[in-house]
Amino acid sequence: MDRLKLHSGIKSRERKRLFIGLMFLSPWIFGFLVFQLYPIIMSLYYSFTEYNMFNPPQWIGLDNYNEMFRDDKMFSSLYNTVFMALFGFFPQLVYALVIALLLNQSVKGLSLYRTVYFLPTLVPAVAGSLLWIWLLNAQYGLVNQMLGAIGLPEPNWLMDENWTKPSLILMGFWGTGTITIMYLAALQEVPKMYYEAASIDGANKWHKFWHITLPAISPMTFFQLIMGLIGSFQYFSQGYVFADSSSQAIGGPGNSILFYAIYLFQNAFMYLKMGYASAMAWILFIIVLLLTLLIFKSSSKWVFYGGEK
Amino acid sequence: MNASILGRRLLTHLILILVGLMFLAPFAWLLLTTFKTEDEIFVIPVQWFPSEWIWDNYRNAVQMIPFIKYTWNTIVIALLSVAGVVILSPLVAYGFSRIDFKGRNVLFIIMLSTLMLPMQVTMIPLYVVFNKANLLNSNWPLVLSAWFGTGMAFNVFLIRQFFNGIPIELTESAKIDGASEFRIYSQIILPLAKPALLTIGLFTFLGAWGDFQGALIYLNDQETWTLSIGLKQFIRENSVAWGPLMAAATLFTVPIIILYFFVQKKFIEGITITGMK
Repeated sequence: MDRLKLHSGIKSRERKRLFIGLMFLSPWIFGFLVFQLYPIIMSLYYSFTEYNMFNPPQWIGLDNYNEMFRDDKMFSSLYNTVFMALFGFFPQLVYALVIALLLNQSVKGLSLYRTVYFLPTLVPAVAGSLLWIWLLNAQYGLVNQMLGAIGLPEPNWLMDENWTKPSLILMGFWGTGTITIMYLAALQEVPKMYYEAASIDGANKWHKFWHITLPAISPMTFFQLIMGLIGSFQYFSQGYVFADSSSQAIGGPGNSILFYAIYLFQNAFMYLKMGYASAMAWILFIIVLLLTLLIFKSSSKWVFYGGEK
Repeated sequence: MNASILGRRLLTHLILILVGLMFLAPFAWLLLTTFKTEDEIFVIPVQWFPSEWIWDNYRNAVQMIPFIKYTWNTIVIALLSVAGVVILSPLVAYGFSRIDFKGRNVLFIIMLSTLMLPMQVTMIPLYVVFNKANLLNSNWPLVLSAWFGTGMAFNVFLIRQFFNGIPIELTESAKIDGASEFRIYSQIILPLAKPALLTIGLFTFLGAWGDFQGALIYLNDQETWTLSIGLKQFIRENSVAWGPLMAAATLFTVPIIILYFFVQKKFIEGITITGMK
């Protein structure tokens, strides 16, 4: 009898804890249901319809997805996006690591350097983009004036479709301060004794980097890869401002900076093809999921978590 | 110290300084442009310093477009976003960190996985909802998205990390004395969490201040524009008012930089916490 009572006492306490817990979680539960779950479901539904906001959605099955496969503009926007991830994000990641390694040589004036490298990341995306449009101005821009001064060719950065993506990548390097600071923090966590032990074994600088530093900071690289790739596939503001503000149509010269998220935005809010844009959004979602999954799966081979901490 | 170590140190500094200059040059160019006359802005070869320092670009920046109005709109959205975030996120974080109930871990994993959700997926249905609720061209879509959107998962995660670091013993005696969870939360835990709240408040402020895509979607009426979308008014069909535009971009950026110098340490800490698992 007593045991039964005790049991129900635990049960009711458990229920009370559940209730209190859910009360604390309620803002998130509300947010999740209204701002995530409902929109996810609706967006999947819209992706099978034709919907322009004025008339109710019309079920058209897989037509939107079929249309995507025939849409050259969609493919070029996907190409541009992948291009930015490969030739923008990856080199920027390496660059941030190199700077962090230099800063980690226990240099004097570390906090000053750190501030300088971090400052550009504080500039709002639109302000930074407009500044770079001015810097890259073919005639009067600082960049070309400098290039000209040392006898290098002066590309027409913003109007030549071969140079628009490099323009954005160049600007991207300016904004790598956040990654640098994160890498620096990770580097500072690597136990000194590893290096000392390796020195005794006669390892040279390169060995130490390859066999100690890189594995030790691999969790950070893992984090940066996931966040960076998710971010790359949603690349929007800078590309939009670059195209919009150098008096071009959206997409820039030859649609060379029409990125996936921009084309999706254009379909949704300019052409009011909400169904088509939703299908694009779902394909984006699937790409991001697959990429994340791929990185997670591969991580057991190259990400090493230290014993302690 | 032998010569080769000294040499390497010097080389390291040389590279760091060169890179530093490359990071700073755009800022210098921005600032110097804002003090030049139109003629000196368009001069070849480049002239770094204005021959006469003028303030006209700043006056024009504020007068050519409704700059004050846009600034006000931006401030209101940013402050409302911050207010909601610092009230709601720690509540949720407390539930995830300090109350042990069935299903908590499952919910936590669900929350973390929403971090992967691209905003493009939710953007269209949310637009439809806000449209039906007659809230387009108001602050609410942006503010509510800051409170309850993907950012919430990020903020909760950060605060939860912080709460997890607070020793259990600290709240044990209060619990034995029969204090309610909410009392423990509001009187013991929350006051300790000020640094973490400052961090998420800062990030939220930065995000709202510079937000472009959200503003582009929800604010069509010029009355409601923020600085991010208002700046394009300096760009005309055939010409760009570079002087005033750069001055406006400077005014848009300076508050953030001032803020940064006030809370630099919190900032760097917050960023490093984010990256550490």
